[in-house]
Amino acid sequence: MSAADPADTTPVADPAPRGRATADAAPRGRAGAERAVLRLARPYLGRLVGAGLLAAATEFAGLALMATATWLLMSAAGQPPLDRLTVAIVAVRALAISRGVLRYTERLAGHDAVLRMITDVRAQVFATLAARRSAVYRSGDVLSRLVSDVEAVQDLLLRVLVPGSAAALVGVLAVAVAALISPPAAGALAVGLLVAGVALPALATAVTRRSAAEVAPLRGALATDAIDLTHGAADLAAFGATDGALHAAEERARRLARLERRLAATGFAVDAAGVLTAGSTAAAVVLAALAADVPGVLVGVLAVGALAAVEVTLALVAAARQWTQLRPGLARVAALLDGGPPTRPAEGGSTDPTGPPELRFDDVTVRYRDGAAPALDGVSLDLPAGRRIAVVGPSGAGKSTLAAVLTGTVRPVSGRVTLGGRDLSAYAEEALPRAVGGLLAEAYVFHATVRENLLLGRAGAGEEELTAATAAAGLLEWVRAQPAGWDTLVGEEGGQLSGGQRQRLALARALLAAPPVLVLDEPTEGLDPTAADAVLASALAATPAGHSVLLITHRLSGLADLDEIVVLDAGRVIQRGRHAELVATDGWYRDQWLLQAAAERGYLALAP
Amino acid sequence: MNRRPFDPRLLRRVPAARRDLAVLALLGVLAAGLIVAQATALAAVLATAVDGRLDRQALAGFVIAVAARSVLVWAQGTVSARVAATVKATLRADLLGAVGRHGPGWVAGQRAGQLATLAGRGLDALDAYFTGYLPQLVLSVTVPLAVLARVVFADWSSAVIIAVTLPLIPVFGALLGWQAQAATERQWRRLSLLGGHFLDMVAGLPTLRAFGRARAQTDVVRRMADGHRVATMKTLRIAFLSALVLELVATLSVALVAVPVGIRLLGGGLALQTALLVLLLTPEAYLPLRSAGSRFHASMEGLAALDEALTISAAPVAPRAAEGATTPDARREIRFEAVTVAYERTTALRDVSLTIRPGERIAIIGPSGAGKSTLLGLLLGFVTPTSGRVTVDGVDLATADPDTWRRQLAWVPQRAHLFAASLADNIRLGAPDTPPDVLAAAVHDAALDDVVAGLPDGLDTLLGERGHGLSSGQRQRVALARAFLRAAPVVLLDEPTARLDTAAEAVVLDATRRLVAGRTALLVAHRPALLADADRILRVEDGRVTELTPEPTGKAPR
Repeated sequence: MSAADPADTTPVADPAPRGRATADAAPRGRAGAERAVLRLARPYLGRLVGAGLLAAATEFAGLALMATATWLLMSAAGQPPLDRLTVAIVAVRALAISRGVLRYTERLAGHDAVLRMITDVRAQVFATLAARRSAVYRSGDVLSRLVSDVEAVQDLLLRVLVPGSAAALVGVLAVAVAALISPPAAGALAVGLLVAGVALPALATAVTRRSAAEVAPLRGALATDAIDLTHGAADLAAFGATDGALHAAEERARRLARLERRLAATGFAVDAAGVLTAGSTAAAVVLAALAADVPGVLVGVLAVGALAAVEVTLALVAAARQWTQLRPGLARVAALLDGGPPTRPAEGGSTDPTGPPELRFDDVTVRYRDGAAPALDGVSLDLPAGRRIAVVGPSGAGKSTLAAVLTGTVRPVSGRVTLGGRDLSAYAEEALPRAVGGLLAEAYVFHATVRENLLLGRAGAGEEELTAATAAAGLLEWVRAQPAGWDTLVGEEGGQLSGGQRQRLALARALLAAPPVLVLDEPTEGLDPTAADAVLASALAATPAGHSVLLITHRLSGLADLDEIVVLDAGRVIQRGRHAELVATDGWYRDQWLLQAAAERGYLALAP
Repeated sequence: MNRRPFDPRLLRRVPAARRDLAVLALLGVLAAGLIVAQATALAAVLATAVDGRLDRQALAGFVIAVAARSVLVWAQGTVSARVAATVKATLRADLLGAVGRHGPGWVAGQRAGQLATLAGRGLDALDAYFTGYLPQLVLSVTVPLAVLARVVFADWSSAVIIAVTLPLIPVFGALLGWQAQAATERQWRRLSLLGGHFLDMVAGLPTLRAFGRARAQTDVVRRMADGHRVATMKTLRIAFLSALVLELVATLSVALVAVPVGIRLLGGGLALQTALLVLLLTPEAYLPLRSAGSRFHASMEGLAALDEALTISAAPVAPRAAEGATTPDARREIRFEAVTVAYERTTALRDVSLTIRPGERIAIIGPSGAGKSTLLGLLLGFVTPTSGRVTVDGVDLATADPDTWRRQLAWVPQRAHLFAASLADNIRLGAPDTPPDVLAAAVHDAALDDVVAGLPDGLDTLLGERGHGLSSGQRQRVALARAFLRAAPVVLLDEPTARLDTAAEAVVLDATRRLVAGRTALLVAHRPALLADADRILRVEDGRVTELTPEPTGKAPR
């Protein structure tokens, strides 16, 4: 967390939660990811350089404080007149106070600059994802990784670049000052600093990387075990398999523990080497200075200064470790930032459709991969304003593909889809949903209030409109029963709602949006038959007369009033007509209708 | 949350870590001694160097002390990492074992996610606590004491000043720290909320796009991130200010020691070597206290995880049937006697009484959330009645051994969990030693043949986390295959055809009919297609159960 001291990196590989070093994002080229990320730092470069300089000044003040204090004491031992020491006394006081103040300003400046930059990163990552028409992030793990990846950018600056460059700068300054006193001693110091600031960080990087590579798969497997044992607890218990699964997970936890212990032994050897380097550098500096006949007082200054300088430089070891752990996350963020600011909205330049929005499918074929069977095979449809049609068929028949083509998510390989006479691709990305849309597959319910979720359909809708749409979806009673009413917070992914309520909320949102071409993809999924019929009827009734409706469903009930029913199978239209006609003709529709109706009649007859 | 820097429950719950923790304390004592030794040697080296001479013995002593300290740093790190590894492995086993002890009813819902995260990645936050904070905590006790002890011998008046000023660090730390901590905690809640919002927005992107709001939302994301920045800076200012005050307190304390030392040195009243020793050692006394304090924040995540883990795994287990309890025969009459099940917020079943005779096929219908799944949960022993009881052949299920009782049940849940293992292992969940021909028969009965044929490695195909790679209908058939292998007298099906289209439903229905044949069956049905074969139909609404079919003969209708 950003609030913490930078000094909390541990040499154990891959600490939680960010260091999920996985192989899926191999570092690209030489620090390519870092460059891509740092491009966003440009507006804040001044602030960042300032923070780096302040950090260097802080460390240098600490070093100078120890050196000056040593000089003061060792000079005082010679019992000189007090006025010869005055400057040093003032310097010690100034350095002591300024070290603290400098550190305070450095931290504030650094965090402020970095947090400003993170705001940009978040917005840009979101914009990139928003511009990708097909980007699908379903797995919760991928999503939460995205959040922590963005924070990796923050750590790259605050825990790697700023402290790292400050340490390097102080190291160089220390050698320069030492060279003024005694070049041989400065040489000894330089060697020590190179070990502490170059060799050891390189070693730490190698060790951390290797450890992460060994630990990551085991940690991943353990996380899967944990999911299996908790989310699958009921299945395991019902089938008496809990103990076996538990033993397997315990064994894996033990193996991970053994591995972590072994890796720690290597990792902390680097820290031990750091302590040794500091001490031996100080010893070497004393020997070199004495051999060069440096005045005694200055020998002390050099020794204490060398000790402090190496300590400062060792911060590079921590920075190197941190960097290694951040790299996979940075690479993933960089991949998202790479696209640069999306430029697509200008393309086509077309805005809203003019005139009656007639939607036409003209011999449309869709293929997801070359050589694969077509998902839609020469489908033609005509949906003038006010017409209502249903698309039915077995699963995998191409119903969802049809919806995806309609909303512009999928483009046909041949044929044309036109809206108001113009090709769909001619519409601006933001304009199309205003004309064609509604309830699509996997409608998402946001962690927000009922009102906010609904207003997504139409910003600025009034209370009356909200009430009408919600009533049509059969959710109004529930909303009214909630103490907070419209401001009831619905949980993460709509978790506080039952599946049926979530579906009704999504439907209400679609009805509120009321685009001229309303697409309803399985609007009654998860509702029992009685409720499903009622909701479908009220939703259709709530749609304005001039608007056309395209209903995608697997239930054949409630379709009697529609203008046309299209039966898809394996991407082809195998039947079309009104309900009454289709029921009277042999074929898939009639078979399914009889099957469903018979079963549903039995059920409905039984209901009191 | 537990605010103590060390949770004593740890020693009780992870006895294996006791020895290593003791070693860690011992190493802390040794490290403090070596810090004193190193400073003493360096002071001697410098005191002679003033005259341009080299004290070889002292320099050798210094180098030896440094070398010993470096070994000690390694040992401290290694031992603390060992503690971390041991504690994590033990707590993981405890947490996952708690699921087994408490049963699936306890783990259902949100707790499953919390537990999975905690046992999976959450506990790894303990690394920072054990390797970063804990050794520092030990040093913050041993080093000041060692420094004081050494300075008393060298110059008692300096020792007095150190002893008086030293407590200022923890006192100021506590005063400021509480303030900063409260602020930081508020900040973390806000941060997770905002992080959650960003996550929510990304997860809902397809929906935003569908309403043409994706781009417009970018500004919202920026505004939220900016709000986050402002809030963060506000708390950081407090946190950094408290660090500044602590640093100034330490600096002033060192100055309080150094000024008299310097004056006495000028007056010839103090040896240079002693003065140097005091100068080198005094800052060391204040340092570990401060760095332990600053690392405490970094290790809070680990402490929170530890607290959560210790609390969860210590949760009292509902009393279970004693070993060797009698297990009723599931081929006898099953009775619900005035059963009420109340959850925290709702009452799932109210005063339900019903009798299930052997061999009956009973369909259960009703709106979602009415309590249908709870009926099955009672039979499975996942749910215990708040009042009333469920008996089998006159034996109260609450007194029966759940494992042996469940062996007589085959369950097809609404959404079966598929494990990250091969398809064959997923089917053999309840019977790992099933011979291949029996497995093949179950695969066939569950109409899984075509699915198996379509997979790259057939039955040996590994399914991903949570069974990725199979469609809902296919998962459902895997669950049916599990049930076929179970060969149990009682079958419980919870909406086996939910989420399936007509074609898939037909396949699953066929398999279901084969499964139910000749057994007692309870099936929760959303879809009417399942009702055709039922002997009785029960309607559950608002926690009450009504019989929709007249009882044949014998018993009077309810």
